[in-house]
Amino acid sequence: MNKFIIEKGLVLPLDRANVDTDFIIPKQFLKSIKRTGFGVNLFDEHRYLDKGEPDSDNSNRPLNPDFVLNQPRYQGARILLAQDNFGCGSSREHAPWALEDYGFRAIIAPSFADIFFNNCLKNGLLPIVLPKPIISGLFAEVEANAGYQLEVDLDLQLITKPGGETISFEVDEFRKHCLLNGLDDIGLTLEDADAISQFEAAWRNQAPWYFTAMK
Amino acid sequence: MSSKTLYDKIWDAHLVKQRADGTALIYIDRHLIHEVTSPQAFEGLRLAGRKPWRAEANFATPDHNIPTTREERSQGLEGIKDPVSKIQVATLDDNCREFGIFELKMTDERQGIVHVVGPEQGATLPGMTIVCGDSHTSTHGALGALAHGIGTSEVEHVLATQCLMQKKAKNMRVQVNGQLSPGVTAKDIVLAIIGKIGTAGGTGYTIEFAGEAIRSLSVEGRMTVCNMAIEAGARAGLIAVDETTLAYLKGRPFAPKGDLWEQAAESWRELTSDETAVFDSVVTLEAGEIEPQVTWGTSPEMVVAVGGRVPDPEQEPDMARRSSIQQALDYMGLVGGTAIKDIKLDCVFIGSCTNSRIEDLRAAAAVVKGKHVAESVELAMVVPGSGLVKKQAEEEGLDKIFIAAGLEWREPGCSMCLAMNADQLGAGKHCASTSNRNFEGRQGFGGRTHLVSPAMAAAAAIHGHFVDIREIS
Ligand code: SF4
Repeated sequence: MNKFIIEKGLVLPLDRANVDTDFIIPKQFLKSIKRTGFGVNLFDEHRYLDKGEPDSDNSNRPLNPDFVLNQPRYQGARILLAQDNFGCGSSREHAPWALEDYGFRAIIAPSFADIFFNNCLKNGLLPIVLPKPIISGLFAEVEANAGYQLEVDLDLQLITKPGGETISFEVDEFRKHCLLNGLDDIGLTLEDADAISQFEAAWRNQAPWYFTAMK
Repeated sequence: MSSKTLYDKIWDAHLVKQRADGTALIYIDRHLIHEVTSPQAFEGLRLAGRKPWRAEANFATPDHNIPTTREERSQGLEGIKDPVSKIQVATLDDNCREFGIFELKMTDERQGIVHVVGPEQGATLPGMTIVCGDSHTSTHGALGALAHGIGTSEVEHVLATQCLMQKKAKNMRVQVNGQLSPGVTAKDIVLAIIGKIGTAGGTGYTIEFAGEAIRSLSVEGRMTVCNMAIEAGARAGLIAVDETTLAYLKGRPFAPKGDLWEQAAESWRELTSDETAVFDSVVTLEAGEIEPQVTWGTSPEMVVAVGGRVPDPEQEPDMARRSSIQQALDYMGLVGGTAIKDIKLDCVFIGSCTNSRIEDLRAAAAVVKGKHVAESVELAMVVPGSGLVKKQAEEEGLDKIFIAAGLEWREPGCSMCLAMNADQLGAGKHCASTSNRNFEGRQGFGGRTHLVSPAMAAAAAIHGHFVDIREIS
């Protein structure tokens, strides 16, 4: 997993509530058995005017000029500003993979769907929850100022605006530690392998009916 | 001892380790696997040189992108025309072989949608922790199991460690009092709940569904309710164990037998929330007030009773809500104020892990029996949830009823619920669907989905537009 320490970048505003994971990466791209390369199909149904397929040559496809991602002023964006319940719907991890592969490093929204929120953290993508009035203010500032950038400092838990004004945010201590150090969850859990084995032995004794082998 | 909710009890029983920061390591009893969210997880194991912690706790079946026509299915893997889908299904077979994981292959009679097959095989048991790389894993909560949808990194994590790293959710109880009116079903209950609390209403909670109307449901109906807990934002839905649960499970292939069954059943009877347990949030509905539901927009919370109308954005004072209504209406090709019964349908889909069990097919067959699908409906299809559901339906002659009425009778799989295979809703077409998501493009690029119960979908197929099931039966 990539480390996340300080990220500064252009902000892209996606002013829409309940953006679901189908919106982020449509189902036909889930047929891939790989973990990378989803960035060109991020927001596919809104970004292009035709229907994308896993084997399409995306460079020749007609772009939807009205979709925010295609507007020249937002090219190279690294921070996504979004609305309520971002990432609802299917549990596909292809959604954070696509956002990350496109170049996003952080998402700021008033609320996120649970599974998506978790999936982001496991892929070095930082989801930040801020109160609604602050989000509305950010939308207005981004709209009004071309080239609007924010700096996100995970260690200090601070977002710095272009004028130097700061906004603090909450983050789970454990997740912060993992992101700052780029730690892999499995390695961490296996440090507790003995505790898992002990639990398992006791549980097998107490509830043997859960241990019928599937075969 | 302080009193506990059902969720608290299952959580506590599976707690391996609590970290100071609130995250916990939870032991997982059963892991269900399908072809779409697992290849990258198996690849991760291979790259790290890891083995499954307890291979026999896992169970796999392909469902999301397999074809559903008899012609394609009769040829096995070779019959999958889409080369990318074929690789994904073949990759699941290869991974299960390599890692020693039990798989009901596409050609096995017991194959089906993972959330239909798990309970059917008794792989889902009360009090278990269950995970699957699929958000509708909440379905299994109907049997009193704590079941979560997870992402692919977590699939790899569970394979490697038999544990899930999680923070405990809050407790919500949704209480549905009284009895449903005739013609109103489990699907209508859950759509009404989502209409009431919204698609984010359950975020951060585990929802326990309770009350007389829930207790009166069959296990199949309870699965329909828990299936859509995730559509209310909750990762897990739960229903307490009772005699209905035990009667459903007894004798299923992977359920305990003999003495072990007796011991298990005795411990499972305690899987209810203590009477004095405290919930962080309680929502109450009166079953008698619930009418057949139809979604009109692009989120399951955009739902009204069949006798109602599509909302008029002009009447909505909140600007953000007004624009989201307008966006949905534009996508759905609907005008505010339109009566639900005036919405014409091009397609009808009866299937998905929400409503593809035998009881759902019986309800749909009862409506179409002796009638015929309206001429304006281009495609009406019934996709059973598993090979065993299909077999049972055929033994009861339901397939003949559907075929005589002009509906297609397909092989089991997810099919047009998410349209990863060839079963796709055309752009601009309206579909009455028994599935769980009406998001833009969910059933096919540009397709327009209306979520309803099986009986309502069947009635819509016959009439070519929505009708109130209570007025025709
Ligand atoms: S039937 Fe639909 S919701 Fe259920 S597992 Fe398949 S794709 Fe997901």
